[in-house]
Amino acid sequence: MSKVNAGLRYSAEHEWVDSSSPVRVGISAVAADALGDVVYVDLPAVGDTVTAGETCGEVESTKSVSDLYAPVSGEIVEINQEAIDNPALLNEDPYGAGWLFTVNATAEGALLSAEEYAEKNGGDL
Amino acid sequence: MTEKYTALYEAHKRLGASFTDFGGWQMPLKYSSELAEHKAVRSAAGLFDLSHMGEVEVSGPDAGAFLDYALVGKLSAVKTGRAKYSLITNNDGGIIDDLISYRLAEDSYLVVPNAGNADTVAAELSTRAEGFDVTVTNVSAETSLVAVQGPAAEAILLELVPAEQAEAVTGMKYYAAATVGIRAGERTLDLLVARTGYTGEDGFEIYVPNDDAGTLWSVLLAAGEGRGLIPAGLACRDSLRLEAGMPLYGNELTLDTDPYAAGLGPVVALSKEGNFVGRSALEARKAAGPARRLVGLKGSGRRSARSSYPVLSSDGETVIGEVTSGAPSPTLGFPVALAYVDEAYTEPGTTLSVDLRGKPESFTVVELPFYKRSKQ
Repeated sequence: MSKVNAGLRYSAEHEWVDSSSPVRVGISAVAADALGDVVYVDLPAVGDTVTAGETCGEVESTKSVSDLYAPVSGEIVEINQEAIDNPALLNEDPYGAGWLFTVNATAEGALLSAEEYAEKNGGDL
Repeated sequence: MTEKYTALYEAHKRLGASFTDFGGWQMPLKYSSELAEHKAVRSAAGLFDLSHMGEVEVSGPDAGAFLDYALVGKLSAVKTGRAKYSLITNNDGGIIDDLISYRLAEDSYLVVPNAGNADTVAAELSTRAEGFDVTVTNVSAETSLVAVQGPAAEAILLELVPAEQAEAVTGMKYYAAATVGIRAGERTLDLLVARTGYTGEDGFEIYVPNDDAGTLWSVLLAAGEGRGLIPAGLACRDSLRLEAGMPLYGNELTLDTDPYAAGLGPVVALSKEGNFVGRSALEARKAAGPARRLVGLKGSGRRSARSSYPVLSSDGETVIGEVTSGAPSPTLGFPVALAYVDEAYTEPGTTLSVDLRGKPESFTVVELPFYKRSKQ
């Protein structure tokens, strides 16, 4: 069963956000497992403004491609070049080295607690 | 539809497989990582459960003549112990399925349709058998199929074959089959072993009664352990066959597909004697020539084309085709795709564009297969 990290909050579209400032964003292990081996990540650029609930990139695996939705609104501060260079990090360490970008959040979309997200998606807390 | 489970379902669960529906069957999609499984098949070996595939026995004095009538190929010309890739079409020449037929004896064949088409093919064969002295028996439900694919496949199989039968394996040609003894503890299972596959590698497909499938699976896993064999799921089977340029029924081949458009003209034996189902339609299709043809596409970027994406002229102005399969090639490191495109754009080297979810990406027509193993 895919792991749900207790210290994070989640969007319905399987992105996680942490509680730091700027907030760090990634995709959940549930999403990474469903996608399969990630081979390509398309991220917004530093300085871009993203809007909660809207697509801001995509994650492509050997067998499918998924849109990436911004879980929060605001300006992109940093992107994880290591994840772009080595997309397997999203599978190996989705809550750690496989993070995607950080945002100066001005607003949040509807976010679920780890418990709510785990219950909805059958993940292990 | 009720989900169907192969005799190896519990074995897959124990190995931690994640499952997917395929042709009404719950099949292992992957065990760990589909990329690792793909690479294992290219470099060592993978073990596949293909028990969802159908098996239809055709036997009787008219078996060869009957299959010449029911399928597009000349199956009567296949030597005993050899196999042939063929198609079963409807009267319009549309493809009902692509299948492999093994000639097991002068008057006996085993026909292997795809999982989702097994019942349809068995029913069609029974209908077409009227007037022929043959018996058509659908044995799909009792028969499992396990494949060992990869450069280490022969060495792994030889670990289990009694020495006096080793030559039946080492001397077995591609698209040949024979009954071979496989040691399983105290027992020796006499099973139909075929040198066929769907991965672009050397390998064997082994037909086994359901009751012995678990035993065969275990002894093959154990025999391959020291040679890099791992269980492999349908996810890597799809990327392997795509690299090898092999069509998948439902993607490249459908009831609406013209065999000539699919590049399967040589499979249609218009020169054989007598009538066969689809003959007049196929003659007309051959004479007219297909409007579109299946080609291989190589991507110039990192993003892959996927099934049903529109193919455009390089200026992006005109829709000239459609992608049927596509993925990032794990072996080659660039995106590959199969697509039907207008005849004028089929020349290798032609630059095209594929609409990747609203963003055009440049692709080039290339010769198939994308990947060809080096002969030893």
